[in-house]
Amino acid sequence: MTEENTSTHPLLNIDDLTTSFFIDSSIFRAVDSVNLTLHRGEIFGLVGESGSGKTMTALSILRLVPPPGRIERGKVIFEGRDLVRIPAKEMQKIRGNKISMIFQEPMTSLNPVFKIGDQIAEILETHTEFSKKEIKERTIELLMRVGFNEAEKRYIQYPHQLSGGQRQRILIAMAIACNPSLVIADEPTTALDVATQSLILSLLQNLMVEHRTAMLFITHNLNVIKQLARRIGIMYAGRIMELNSVNDFFTDPLHPYSKGLVESIIGLERNERRLKAIPGSVPRLSELPRGCKFHPRCAFVMEICKTREPPVTQITNEKWVRCYLYRN
Amino acid sequence: MLSISELTKTFEVRKTAFSIKKHVISALDKVSFFVEKGETLGVVGESGSGKSTLARCILMLEVPDSGTITFAGADLMDLTHNQLRTYRKRMQIIFQDPYSSLNPRHTVYYTIAEPILFHHIAPKEETRKRVIEIFKNVGLDEDFMNKYPHEMSGGQRQRVAIGRALATNPALLIADEPVSSLDVSIQAQIINLFMDIKEQYAITMIFISHDLNIVRFVSDNIIVMYGGKILEMGTKEEVLNHPLHPYTQMLMNASQGKFSHYKGQDIIDISGCLYYPRCQRRKAVCKNSVPPLTGDKDHMVACFKE
Repeated sequence: MTEENTSTHPLLNIDDLTTSFFIDSSIFRAVDSVNLTLHRGEIFGLVGESGSGKTMTALSILRLVPPPGRIERGKVIFEGRDLVRIPAKEMQKIRGNKISMIFQEPMTSLNPVFKIGDQIAEILETHTEFSKKEIKERTIELLMRVGFNEAEKRYIQYPHQLSGGQRQRILIAMAIACNPSLVIADEPTTALDVATQSLILSLLQNLMVEHRTAMLFITHNLNVIKQLARRIGIMYAGRIMELNSVNDFFTDPLHPYSKGLVESIIGLERNERRLKAIPGSVPRLSELPRGCKFHPRCAFVMEICKTREPPVTQITNEKWVRCYLYRN
Repeated sequence: MLSISELTKTFEVRKTAFSIKKHVISALDKVSFFVEKGETLGVVGESGSGKSTLARCILMLEVPDSGTITFAGADLMDLTHNQLRTYRKRMQIIFQDPYSSLNPRHTVYYTIAEPILFHHIAPKEETRKRVIEIFKNVGLDEDFMNKYPHEMSGGQRQRVAIGRALATNPALLIADEPVSSLDVSIQAQIINLFMDIKEQYAITMIFISHDLNIVRFVSDNIIVMYGGKILEMGTKEEVLNHPLHPYTQMLMNASQGKFSHYKGQDIIDISGCLYYPRCQRRKAVCKNSVPPLTGDKDHMVACFKE
């Protein structure tokens, strides 16, 4: 794959990021030793089931982890600066400006008592020096860019007057308002219908490609990632278990958990009578097993997996897995 | 087994909380179909297509405006409340969210035992035996017996909801989006469970989902709904291998993860085909007249194209 000098200067470099919740003198690691790099203009898919730590990883990047949680250790290097250590004032200038986020539930992330146009304009007021008139023009342009025909009419509408898909497009307009270099999209289509979902995805993809914006796309839906992303990370119990290219992942997944996920995708092209399901269920943070966190559900479990957590095994330059099957 | 004919249900909605003028929303518009004994019918559609209203009407949880529902030889709309109760024993429903459909203050044991006691399915002293048997059939460990819903994971809760539905030995099971709130790895487990139940209990099922991929796995026949109408229906093979309606084709693409592009137009008053505003292949005729559902019994479609 050709990579124009992007590999030398990654846009985002997460190193050993660990975010924990301190409750009643116990520690729950929601994000544990996460390593991740994102290049400029790249769409990266972060996949995991609920409770696997996807959203907490996103919130840690933006330093929005709710108390009693906090970033315990690690670095988040974004455009050369460590976001974990910069002052809170500096961080505010980055949020919504250089890095923006699209949340899952569009109704709860919009304010019901303000016009949608004003809500988009607010971001521009905060982060740019534009005049009132310029801001209004730009807001209308943004509404058009996310596919609203009568943008001026939309400007004065309220969130409840829009459908779920339209609200999600408003959130996208807000996310791209300041031409960010990174957009974090946390399950942006999960609450939507299949048809609306595919529209939102194609809109996002076009916008990202157009402006060479990088996107960290968080989802539990592997079918979506297949179309959207080039690289994929699989999260389980707070850890990234496997990092792979999307093509290799679907044809030859490395980690036993990934194998299970790929086999349990319900696709139209497959014709088995029964699905291959992963037995058991996702462990709670309070009941994590010793050793490899996946070992109680794993079909290839060995003695060592039960006591020691597997370290990262690098397979190729951009492909690694946390599993003892690949040690040696 | 179950035959639905011209089923219609409308809801009156005020535009705002204070308006006097009411809007009539048609949730089901002359829906007709039948399900043979032991068959599974898959119902696909987006939210607002009338899928759930259909499920509620079949169980008479919602009283339809007109039409007939014939179940095991009786027209459910003619029955009195007491008569209906004996029929409800034989028709059960599983909802999407197992957390809100289970009583948080009842143990799992009582949740499953309650319908057995209420409908006098088994003598009192045999209740425990029946519950243990159901536990085994839905793949739950007996240790769970005295747990409460909040102590269980989503997949386990859905197993309990399925167990409760099976407790009365129903002839008809309606599953309304039973896996959409579950994680991917758990979805596959629950779908497999439905396949097992189908074989083991020889049950007639109506399986509702917005995801064609899921419906495809369990169904013998498929109905595609949009805006309260059936747009396409037929055997699974026919509908999936030769989808005729543009809407079905779009759903198939979407479920394979292919993106579609359409210029959305919000036309509310449509006198013709409901799908007209979004259709890729609309023609002049579609705007003003409603296409009838035509075809043979293996495959019917409501579209002027064919």
